[in-house]
Amino acid sequence: MDFISILSIFVMACFVGYYVVWSVTPALHTPLMAVTNAISSVIIVGALIAAAAGGVVGGETAKWLGLIGIVLASVNIFGGFAVTERMLAMYKKKERK
Amino acid sequence: MSALPTSVRFAFAALTTLIAAPAFAASGEMAVNPLAALAYLAAGVLFILALRGLSSPESSRAGNRFGMIGMAIAVVTTLLTHEIASIWEILIAIAIGGSIGFVIARRIAMTDMPQLVAGFHSLVGMAAVLVAAAAYVNPGAFGITDAAGILLPVSRVEMGLGAAIGAITFSGSVIAFLKLNGNMSGAPILLPARHVLNLGTLAAILGLIGYFYFVPSPVTDTPWLFWTITGLAFAIGFLLIIPIGGADMPVVVSMLNSYSGWAAAAMGFTLGNTAMIITGALVGSSGAILSYIMCRAMNRSFISVIAGGFGTASGSGEKGEKIDRPWKAGSAEDAAFLMKQAETIIIIPGYGMAVAQAQHVLREMGDLLKEEGVSVKYAIHPVAGRMPGHMNVLLAEANVPYDEVFELEDINSEFSQADVAFIIGANDVVNPAAKTDQSSPIYGMPVFDVDKAKTVFFIKRSMGGVGYAGVDNEVFYNDNTMMLLSDAKKMVEEINKNLG
Repeated sequence: MDFISILSIFVMACFVGYYVVWSVTPALHTPLMAVTNAISSVIIVGALIAAAAGGVVGGETAKWLGLIGIVLASVNIFGGFAVTERMLAMYKKKERK
Repeated sequence: MSALPTSVRFAFAALTTLIAAPAFAASGEMAVNPLAALAYLAAGVLFILALRGLSSPESSRAGNRFGMIGMAIAVVTTLLTHEIASIWEILIAIAIGGSIGFVIARRIAMTDMPQLVAGFHSLVGMAAVLVAAAAYVNPGAFGITDAAGILLPVSRVEMGLGAAIGAITFSGSVIAFLKLNGNMSGAPILLPARHVLNLGTLAAILGLIGYFYFVPSPVTDTPWLFWTITGLAFAIGFLLIIPIGGADMPVVVSMLNSYSGWAAAAMGFTLGNTAMIITGALVGSSGAILSYIMCRAMNRSFISVIAGGFGTASGSGEKGEKIDRPWKAGSAEDAAFLMKQAETIIIIPGYGMAVAQAQHVLREMGDLLKEEGVSVKYAIHPVAGRMPGHMNVLLAEANVPYDEVFELEDINSEFSQADVAFIIGANDVVNPAAKTDQSSPIYGMPVFDVDKAKTVFFIKRSMGGVGYAGVDNEVFYNDNTMMLLSDAKKMVEEINKNLG
């Protein structure tokens, strides 16, 4: 993809982010942070590419950097989604009476 | 745990098969594989839906599932569209990280959420640095070299920014974690000439990234360059956060949230990956908006928070006079008696309540009062906890229904009709000095009009201590205020006994 297409997606996504985040209820701001944490670990994609490659010059170093990156990002992905799930399960409406 | 809706599961299965079929044919050509690009786009859209779901608690759980599906699509697509030297190493790495994350998420106490989030931010930051470093040492695997095998100049800027923002996120979050977790004092650490030092370092990082762009062949000509940028960025993250005091940590955590997003976006540019770019933009905006909300709730400018040093010297000049002023002490019996008679009660919890672990007994108190026919509402200030929305989670954990919990602007007009304002573990957010005293460090901060309620109960450990901002509170001395001096949990337990 050329730079301008990528930039266009980025700028549009910033606007989408702006409007979507303002619509999040303040009561859920902590789960918002936990889930943004989890999704920003989509950076694991880069770590997977590095870890998958090998063979060429620098490939071995890159592979290990990638593998450590996968471990760190996985902590975040699993931890982030699980803790968000745990928090969201606590939000209950009045049910008694 | 309930099962996923069947339609969602079906869609996921369909999508993954769709990607899987052509992927093996066109392995190694991720950038030109339209189905892979489509899958990353789908992941990005699912992440948008994950945040969209948080607009109400009912839709939030479905939103979180969308996020998980999006992540699964991104990971599976990447694995299917690349030739993998050893899948086992990758799966083991995911299993190690995943189980650590899962165990932490299960065990963490809700009061410790701010530390957890700060810790998680540091991991995203470090992962961004590692990915940038991997792309630097093996650019071929990422398809960012020219015909001669030299790193493309645009990619150098992107990876330089990615590594720098990632490193700042990492070291900044580590400091935030240590401060929030109490391993390090919350007091600001002020280095001499820190502004010059910080701005100089930032300028050096940007200058070096510019230089990185113009070097003919960075790996052979200037092998030190990339690592110097990264090293300086680690240092600046550390320097930026140490002067910021404990009271400003909600802003810091939100800001680092934003940085972790920008780091992911920068790496998304390097890889030309839409899922990463969309996510980075979402997370970046999210953190920025939360920082803005937190600053507004404290009436502080973002720049003054970043400059640091808040809470060091404020209000110390007038400590002598306040000791002698008369105030009324109340007991648990008084409080229980008056609250039973009341029609409406508004409870204002602050972080002190969480420190005393009083949220469960507080909810019991609410239940007992509701049985007496009293209307009970909870009022939450945006900076009530140690991070945005923290107090809401703590009350939700204590089984307080979320429709009894109100935000500042929604409930502030109701104090004039309320019989009782019950303040537990809060102080600065009910201080009228914010409205009247221009010399006060908290002047201009939006506060609850508790003094308009008929009676105010103020639970406080002792008369000596003051809030985070270090200022005295007029409410203590009002005629309609009764001070309940005790540990918050013990006091509420006593009140409950008298209510029962």
